[in-house]
Amino acid sequence: MWIDPSRPAERALVTHGHADHARSGHGAVWATPETLAIMALRYGTEMGTPMPYGDGFEANGVKISFHPAGHVLGSAQILLEHAGERVVVTGDYKRRFDPTCAPFEAVACDVLITEATFGLPVFTHPPIEDEIAKLLAARAAHQEGCILIGAYALGKAQRVIAELRRAGYDAPIYIHGAMQKMCDLYAAHDVALGELILATGLAKAEMKGAIVIAPPSALNDRWAQRLPDPITAMASGWMRVRQRARQRNVELPLVISDHADWTELTDTLLELRPSETWITHGRTDALGRWCELHQLKARALDLVGREEEEEG
Amino acid sequence: MQAFSALIDGLIYTRSRDHKVRLIADYLRNTPDPDRGWALAALAGTLSIATVKAAAIRAMAEERFDPMLFRMSRDYVGDTAETVALMWPEVSADAVAPTVSEVIDLLNSTSRARAPIVLAGLMDRLDANGRYALLKLATGGMRVGISARLAKTAFGQAFDLSVDDVEEVWHALRPPYAELFAWGEGKSDRPDPADSAFFRPFMLAHPLEDGIVDLDAYAAEWKWDGIRIQIASTGGETRLFSRGGDEVTAAFPEIAAAFNGIGVVDGELLVRGDVQGGEAASFNALQQRLGRKNVTAAMQAEYPVFVRLYDILFDGAEDLRSLTWTARRERLERFAAQLDPLRFDLSAIIAARDFNHLAEMRAAAREAEIEGVMLKRRDSPYLAGRKVGLWYKWKREPLVADCVMMYAQRGSGKRSSFYSDYTFGCWTPDGALLPVGKAYSGFSDAELKWLDRFVRDNTVARFGPVREVEKSLVLEVAFDAVHESKRHKSGIAMRFPRISRLRRDKPADEADTIAALRAMIG
Ligand SMILES: [Zn+2]
Ligand SMILES: [Zn+2]
Repeated sequence: MWIDPSRPAERALVTHGHADHARSGHGAVWATPETLAIMALRYGTEMGTPMPYGDGFEANGVKISFHPAGHVLGSAQILLEHAGERVVVTGDYKRRFDPTCAPFEAVACDVLITEATFGLPVFTHPPIEDEIAKLLAARAAHQEGCILIGAYALGKAQRVIAELRRAGYDAPIYIHGAMQKMCDLYAAHDVALGELILATGLAKAEMKGAIVIAPPSALNDRWAQRLPDPITAMASGWMRVRQRARQRNVELPLVISDHADWTELTDTLLELRPSETWITHGRTDALGRWCELHQLKARALDLVGREEEEEG
Repeated sequence: MQAFSALIDGLIYTRSRDHKVRLIADYLRNTPDPDRGWALAALAGTLSIATVKAAAIRAMAEERFDPMLFRMSRDYVGDTAETVALMWPEVSADAVAPTVSEVIDLLNSTSRARAPIVLAGLMDRLDANGRYALLKLATGGMRVGISARLAKTAFGQAFDLSVDDVEEVWHALRPPYAELFAWGEGKSDRPDPADSAFFRPFMLAHPLEDGIVDLDAYAAEWKWDGIRIQIASTGGETRLFSRGGDEVTAAFPEIAAAFNGIGVVDGELLVRGDVQGGEAASFNALQQRLGRKNVTAAMQAEYPVFVRLYDILFDGAEDLRSLTWTARRERLERFAAQLDPLRFDLSAIIAARDFNHLAEMRAAAREAEIEGVMLKRRDSPYLAGRKVGLWYKWKREPLVADCVMMYAQRGSGKRSSFYSDYTFGCWTPDGALLPVGKAYSGFSDAELKWLDRFVRDNTVARFGPVREVEKSLVLEVAFDAVHESKRHKSGIAMRFPRISRLRRDKPADEADTIAALRAMIG
């Protein structure tokens, strides 16, 4: 039995719907109902056993259960219990408030297998309210054009929309065609996104003063040329570093991430104080060094075939 | 400090030059004195805080952070100041951010030994963007793609003044430029620069595209292959200025010392005699001295420099700029008679019978220091900038363009440790740079070393093996032809481009335009 296997497996436990965790072609799949719905949307009819948060099952004497990770809709940590020993695989997680998914639950454990996407002390995600305020101020100052935000189609886009609504922005929000189905799926799971309009095929004049959300790959391609004088924004934790924003020709960096930042990663370790920590998925070296400085036993679990987290 | 850090970030993320100018202009209009004056000085490169050096920032980091975590972070971020700004503990909610002038006052009134402590105290009062701006301000390396000229342009735009008018008074003033802002806002008269030696904007030439000019109306001179220089000797001091208005007195002290006239003259700095290595070597020797704060006696002896004069702007206190070229030339000849002939001579007028004769002479001129011909309208005053129909440059080598380095890549073979392949661009009408070609030859080993250092010190982004650099270095590129190209966003491409020379003396915004290059298609 594998967790988030990167190639087709007989039996797979899937933490969440992002492409680097949920692949197609597995035999049997166990995941939360929301994650199964996302996989069905992406890969067609994907069969699987739904595991609502808190639920579990037993296989080969190991008790397996799913717990909220606070990363995206349906994202889960997986707890494995065997002979009194508890191992938690966090998958991707964050600890900040997110109106689009269930909040992270701290699960006591002996071994913690943690992600470390933003495992460098330079990564502090500012309060999302500040970033949304920055976005709304840019829009107010650029009424004759529009703001084009690059945001990952699963999770980030819906979170940005929901946070805009929370900040009182109730005008229609324009979305790229590639996001529509995922937004519909979120809405069907009671995540209120307000009025969304497909940006494709509209006249430039109609989108003046608008906020438009598209996948990062669409920012610099022909699709964006149909928008009225766009300011290019990008919602990602990587935007914390100036050079990264400049590399992508981003004019308005929004430091919004669905991953734990350095403080969340280290606070979680201090809170759970596992007797052993395995670090995967990101900057294993720096978080490992931090564990060493704090007398926490840790080792790097370098997974093959993992590249830097695109969704950030 | 928040408004200043927002400006700095705006400039970092904005690519269009016009938009950058607008951001600065808005800031200058909406920020009180003296903050805006210090900010303007920081952007124009005239602010220096002697107590803070880059080492102080490293020392501050080493004291606070685990060295391994700091090194990993520094490697990732690529910039020490930014790394420290990002790693610093978050500011407490009740902290009061300092103003720009408070920062300057505190740092200027401390000792070098105490500076890291003062700096740390200021860091504690700022958010991450504020901390970044603070460290950049304190060390003087803003790196936001703004030349002194562009900062002055923005000031002009903010207060509805022409940049040449700003340039006129600029060098007589000191940060935080209170008199400049008072003048800009109409609260006081134009500052009087009379009691100091300051820069007057150069008169510049258009390329002579095609067609001929009448030599009765135009005087012809050789176009000298040196460095354009202005000598201003008024108010009891002598100062030298380069093309962009930067003061270079310290780089050529023998010229300043030898100048015994009172007035302002325009000419070309050249190296006397047969310098080993020919034309390029002498030009490069001059270029290397340009940026220096002091030069050794050995350097002065190795390349004996002199100035070939071709115009006079002031004779004593008398402003001659409204006189015709013919009248100024007469005054120049009289003025030059008092100067040391070893250091100053006159650029001769070419005695051509007519334009065809001139073309023959131009084609036959083989001297290394002749780059072509200048044509100057005899009845024209000395006007700042490039005015249509008054001065023309008619280069001997027909296809050369001044381009701005945009990207660099490592070479192959024995050059694999150097950034030796350069992509360069020219300007669009709205102030953006688009690539027009790529070159990896034409420079000496010493120049390659310099270019490699430039690339490493001025990297703004990395894409695998490619580095994007600060758009500040002008490369003179020689090429065989220009043609249309669908592959390039600029719509044009060069055939066999090679670097003919490094133009460290030339501001990037004076590099050629795409349109100028397009005009060479054929
Ligand atoms: Zn994920
Ligand atoms: Zn992931």
